[in-house]
Amino acid sequence: MTETINGKTILSTPFTEEDILALRAGDVIYINGDIVTGRDDVHIRVIAENMDLPAVINDKALMHAGPIVKCSEESGFEVIAIGPTTSMRMEKFEYDFIKKTGVRFIIGKGGMGERTAEACREFGAVHCVLPAGNAVVTALCAEEITGVEWLDLGMAEALWNIRVKGLGPLIVTIDSGGRNLFAERKKEIARRKEEQIEEIGKKLESIL
Amino acid sequence: MTRKERIQMMTDIMASFIGYTAVHLPDDVISKLRELRDSEEDPAALSIYDMMFENMRLASELGRPSCQDTGFVQLRIECGSRFPLIDELEEILRCAVITATNNTPLRPNVVETFDEINTGNNTGTGAPSISWKIVPGWDGCGIYTYLAGGGCSLPGHAAVLMPGEGYKGVVRFVLDRIAEYGTNACPPLYVGVGIANSVDTAAMLSKEALFRPLGSHSPNEKAAEMERMLEDAINTMGIGPQGMGGKASVLGVSIQHAARHTATLGVGVSFGCWTHRRGHIVFERDLSFVTETHPGFTFVQ
Ligand code: SF4
Repeated sequence: MTETINGKTILSTPFTEEDILALRAGDVIYINGDIVTGRDDVHIRVIAENMDLPAVINDKALMHAGPIVKCSEESGFEVIAIGPTTSMRMEKFEYDFIKKTGVRFIIGKGGMGERTAEACREFGAVHCVLPAGNAVVTALCAEEITGVEWLDLGMAEALWNIRVKGLGPLIVTIDSGGRNLFAERKKEIARRKEEQIEEIGKKLESIL
Repeated sequence: MTRKERIQMMTDIMASFIGYTAVHLPDDVISKLRELRDSEEDPAALSIYDMMFENMRLASELGRPSCQDTGFVQLRIECGSRFPLIDELEEILRCAVITATNNTPLRPNVVETFDEINTGNNTGTGAPSISWKIVPGWDGCGIYTYLAGGGCSLPGHAAVLMPGEGYKGVVRFVLDRIAEYGTNACPPLYVGVGIANSVDTAAMLSKEALFRPLGSHSPNEKAAEMERMLEDAINTMGIGPQGMGGKASVLGVSIQHAARHTATLGVGVSFGCWTHRRGHIVFERDLSFVTETHPGFTFVQ
């Protein structure tokens, strides 16, 4: 479900196909509902080792993240700090991961590559960036840990099921049309880089 | 105090200091971020800076690590040859990391290579990493601490260039790396460059460069000039906070250099993210201490 509250676009789980297809690269949104964390080892198990993901995530968000979780007898699991990790590390697996799990909403940091954009176009999914390093602000969006799987992978790599409220700002970087904001930005950055190298090269000749 | 008590005390101070650096950014990083925010005009970039400051406030208020990736602990010791606990120092620092992991808490990030097992306490073979410099005749001890995040360690790189590639080759080496990976490493970045004989020395110097206070410049005029050029160039590339575009892309650039073989041009580059959790604490022989990176740090037993 998508709604606008105080000028903020908020998507709630379970996400529908329409919710996702309506998103455009550059949109800024927030989400309510269920997210599942999964990063390197989860992708390796599901794709390279062909194990089944012990969760249904086609209408939830997958977050590339490894939280700090505290476990106490009184309050059970509690998210102390959480934030996105570098999504590009999952590029190698993401096309197949989206295809296999049906996930349509991925949260991470930095951009992802061509194959992921292809999967977003083919299967109607999006990738969003959450500003990273803001682990306390983000942890305060976590209402409850509703479950955990594959804890044998360690705290950072396990599959945490978390209910969130107002998680964001999420900036859509790949939309279901396959537009890839980071890929576009990187081209521009590379162009400016070449100009700068030439310019510094000349300046260095005069001082060295 | 007995020797045993002094060992315990230094362990406790270091554990609490490492934990403190996970929660509170150093003063120079905070003021640099403030400066960058104040000169930013892009609305998206501004909202990212606002989120950073809100996060710093909440981290301090709640005493929680500001980033969930509390990193791999890297330590650089400048120890006086007459410091009374010199023999026990490595063990003290190992124990301090374990205590900080439990108390702060820090996320257990350390995996034993080949065994592929997370040790659960952020120590392991060569972890924390410790590099030594002995200061002859001194009875104090200075320790640089750094929580090296995965995201900002990932783009690190070193190589030996042909001398014919010259300083322009060094510039290309650094800027290529930033253009390719910089957006993912949580910019604005602190860029450390080492120029030396071979990969090992260049890489070590590039990390050492990240221990320098922001705003400082190399005492070598030409190196300082190159720092400024690189800083302007990377800002002009328009990476911006979180790689989403904006005026500033770096917190600073610092270059450390050493002499080299006439036939080599070693270059290394290391990156610190905007959450640049570096600390510096200097002990006297009686374990009284000062820390210019975190003047707010106090130790109560
Ligand atoms: S790069 Fe730095 S700020 Fe970003 S997630 Fe890693 S440790 Fe945190």
